[in-house]
Amino acid sequence: MSMSRRDFIKSQALAAATATATGAAVIPIASAAPAPGEVRWDKAACRFCGTGCSVLVGVQNGKIVATQGDPDAPVNRGLNCIKGYFLSKIMYGADRLTQPLLRMKNGQYAKDGEFTPISWDKAFDIMAEKWKAALKESGPASIAMFGSGQWTIWEGYAASKLWKAGFRSNNLDPNARHCMASAVAGFMRTFGIDEPMGCYDDIEASDTFVLWGSNMAEMHPILWSRITDRRLSHDKCQVHVLSTFEHRSFDLADNGMVFVPNTDLAILNYICNYIIQNKKVNLEFVKKNVNFKRGETDIGFGLRPNHDLEKNATSNGYPGADGKPKGDTGKSEPISFEEFAKFVSEYTVEKVSKLSGVPADKLKKLAEIYADPKRKVVSFWTMGFNQHTRGTWANNMIYNVHLLVGKISEPGNGPFSLTGQPSACGTAREVGTFSHRLPADMVVTNPEHRKHTEEIWQLPDGTIPDKVGLHAVAQSRALKDGKIKCYWTSTTNNMQAGPNVNGEIYPGWRNPAAFVVVSDVYPTVSALAADLILPSAMWTEKEGAFGNAERRTQFWRQQVKAPGDARSDLWQYVEFAKRFKMEDVWPAELLAKKPEYKGKTLYDVLYANKVVNKFPLAELEKVNGHAIQGYMNDESKVFGFYLQKGLFEEYAVFGRGHGHDLASFDVYHKARGLRWPVVDGKETLWRFREGYDPYVKKGEGVRFYGHKDGKAVIFALPYVNPPEMPDKDFDLWLCTGRVLEHWHTGSMTRRVPELHKAVPEAVIFMHPDDATKRKLQRGMLVKVASRRGEITARIETHGRNKPPVGLIFVPFFDEGRLINKLTLDATCPISKETDFKKCAVKVSRA
Amino acid sequence: MNVPAKPAANALRRRFLKDVAGAAGGACLLALGATVYARQARALPPLAIRPPGALAEEAFLGACIRCGLCVRDCPYGSLTLAALGDGVVSGTPYFTARDVPCEMCEDIPCVKACPTGALTHDLHDIRKARMGLAVLIDQENCLNFLGLRCDVCYRVCPVIDKAITLEKRHNPRSDRHALLIPTVHADACTGCGKCEKSCVLPEAAIKVLPTRLAQGASDPHYRRGWDEKAKAGGSLIGEQVQLPVRGLEETTVPGATP
Repeated sequence: MSMSRRDFIKSQALAAATATATGAAVIPIASAAPAPGEVRWDKAACRFCGTGCSVLVGVQNGKIVATQGDPDAPVNRGLNCIKGYFLSKIMYGADRLTQPLLRMKNGQYAKDGEFTPISWDKAFDIMAEKWKAALKESGPASIAMFGSGQWTIWEGYAASKLWKAGFRSNNLDPNARHCMASAVAGFMRTFGIDEPMGCYDDIEASDTFVLWGSNMAEMHPILWSRITDRRLSHDKCQVHVLSTFEHRSFDLADNGMVFVPNTDLAILNYICNYIIQNKKVNLEFVKKNVNFKRGETDIGFGLRPNHDLEKNATSNGYPGADGKPKGDTGKSEPISFEEFAKFVSEYTVEKVSKLSGVPADKLKKLAEIYADPKRKVVSFWTMGFNQHTRGTWANNMIYNVHLLVGKISEPGNGPFSLTGQPSACGTAREVGTFSHRLPADMVVTNPEHRKHTEEIWQLPDGTIPDKVGLHAVAQSRALKDGKIKCYWTSTTNNMQAGPNVNGEIYPGWRNPAAFVVVSDVYPTVSALAADLILPSAMWTEKEGAFGNAERRTQFWRQQVKAPGDARSDLWQYVEFAKRFKMEDVWPAELLAKKPEYKGKTLYDVLYANKVVNKFPLAELEKVNGHAIQGYMNDESKVFGFYLQKGLFEEYAVFGRGHGHDLASFDVYHKARGLRWPVVDGKETLWRFREGYDPYVKKGEGVRFYGHKDGKAVIFALPYVNPPEMPDKDFDLWLCTGRVLEHWHTGSMTRRVPELHKAVPEAVIFMHPDDATKRKLQRGMLVKVASRRGEITARIETHGRNKPPVGLIFVPFFDEGRLINKLTLDATCPISKETDFKKCAVKVSRA
Repeated sequence: MNVPAKPAANALRRRFLKDVAGAAGGACLLALGATVYARQARALPPLAIRPPGALAEEAFLGACIRCGLCVRDCPYGSLTLAALGDGVVSGTPYFTARDVPCEMCEDIPCVKACPTGALTHDLHDIRKARMGLAVLIDQENCLNFLGLRCDVCYRVCPVIDKAITLEKRHNPRSDRHALLIPTVHADACTGCGKCEKSCVLPEAAIKVLPTRLAQGASDPHYRRGWDEKAKAGGSLIGEQVQLPVRGLEETTVPGATP
């Protein structure tokens, strides 16, 4: 789309007029093809975090030459962080992967061979051979896929169909398992439905922001400048920040609190106790909308079953001596309000202050802002809560606080679980690419959910396995144990981002029993540890869609071609499906239920099923011609139909009418993203409250309709010690995380010279007294070691992060210093999310 | 202390000797050379920064014996000995922040190495060094002035929150975001140049300049009333009488002392 400023303003006015006239958010923009050599601008979502900033992408002569923040986008109004500022450079690193590479020796695949260029045809040949052998010898449980919250919506959906329906394996999990599985489990347990009730508009409507284990100043930079503006422009506004170390968000804090790792659980119970003791419970709200339950507590730490801490746990769900699972980690029993009050009554300010190290007056100040009925509060959290061996509990417990005072589901009041990845919500959660999930919050263990899914996917009864598949950490362990024979990852870099790389992940990937395929755009640590590397298309080299933290679904068109032979992950899944006859993957008795599928391929059954392939190629121009004349995308061209539209429309059937309504495919290509549920042409900003949410009927006021009785749950859950704490041998806490300049493992941002120059390597952030005690000084190269591994890095005692005595912080972006060699593969036993925030290490001179 | 690889000090010293020899050898150029030399001595180029603890330029040039020991002992290879044509008096040490800034070693090896006190041995705390002063020169192109969230210069500052702070202002264009303006404070900035080195723009918007170029001066004939009040812990003239306002007797006038 090429327009002068005046044309643009004119078309905007026209669009606004049309929108008013039709009552719909459809924006028809007259298009004109740009003259050759001119820059064509079109919309996209930023490739990085869960904030979901909208950008405009400038293409000239088939290359992205510039980007800009979309000045009219509601999230970012033309702004970007420093990563978003460099979007135009992330695809053009000198070492882009452009052809499949197979480890070969003497012209044959060999586990110990050298990477050798091969054709896609050969790559799929060897993959199909390995897959078929594994399926035949060990069954569907012996193959697994690891994806991402950076998959586009249709990539996640196509992968989910391929795995759960095609190969009949639930061993499909996204890296979002490492990121916000605890948030999901928290939502499902408390509300029975996933994702935040509020949206970013809460920021401008609130009086108080509380950050629980979230450094928004660096990790959600544009949202942070919104919070900062509210703090500046609203007299009453307060910002409270809790963390295990002082970080950049403390710069704005009216009440900054550094607590001992894991004691956030105690602080949350103290707040409930304070609210109850001071008679600030919103009794009417609680009576109408809340049930009380006591959760199971002796649930272990998600370690391997032979670990000492698991042997004696009574309810970790692992097989006991009799082979039956020991209890249920998520079990709970109803209790009364009085019993809950008694349960939290032991969490007094004196006790919690002593345990957490936070001064009593600070704790009281924090509790009071939740208790004060005149004050609106938004609680934000990310990895501090989620990457926690009691992550599900922490999520449940922040809801306890908001529910007790009824500060929820209204402008300016609410608990707000932020996401780290651009489509953690849109793909990982909504599409249901977890090992236990199906689209629209459904789960594989529920027979009705499986049946409903099988109907939509036109599958015979019993196609989808009823057992939860292997989650992220379990996949690594199964690879090491030789139980997974074929493994395929994409849009993620688990060899750097996963826990306990030395102990579990690397031995698993290099296990001769396993064939590991990595689809990636650059030679990451993971790619180099694989047996076959597939070159992927990225970001606007393909048509895509992401869903951000406020339920906003954003689409973009393919803007440029991927380099060389690189292909999108979507093409890879759909094309690979052609390699399998139904007889290769389904048993005869299942196939007998659908005889018409006999002799067909997985491609025919999953993608050419008269629904996904419903939209002919002419649709591409019809849907997108307003922006790019003669528009075509690479996948549709290959398969001969509008693949993305077909996948999306089939997927959207799951949610429509069930509280997850997505708008039509075409609308998203003309909007700056829409927040679901989109019902009657309207977005939903606050869920569960009458007037804002179409699913709450007149007169109901508030209804948490995720649970059948319309009520949310307050859980009585205790403080417990984490599985590994500093001792005399390993005397420091290690907390890992990110820096603003780099995205996750740095595979994109470290290829932008300016960002690399700004933060070239990971350093160890340490308190000056801890350095002095060890005879270390700033800038020295030191060794940091845990029971599992060690790295060397320079020490920083005066940097952006200021840990307390006894804790160090190390970012994980630096592939030259793999801090995840040190981390412990303990998880929340309910959500199975890894705790990257606490394990025991020691630091000494290198 | 473990240090990154650096060019052999011997090589640097050889280069210096060569420069000197070259200069001395050109007898016919000597007169002209002396003139250039004198001019250089007076005006150090603005982007050439002296090592920590350097005396004022004239005194420094008098004291520095061009031995190159500070350069040899710099573990990060930040310091260079000026060659002819660098615009810096030949043989004297300097660094260019945009290329390799000072990493602010806590034990200040360059100062320890100086045999003459040209780098004063009174400097024991690197945070007291004043090599220059960072100035956010280009407010039109600085990304944070535009409302973006770069603030790289702030986060890489070794004296973060003291030498550079982020001052928060409303962004009237977006109307819902704050501008976080990087602001340098001369009382804490050492002039190490990490900010200039890390600025992501093709030409740095923040630069370290010699303090004489970077800083203005306030005039004691006018005092900042708010600072004076804060310093004194209250009004310098004590409590004053304040009469109620007719018609607004019950209302507190904003700013009035209760």
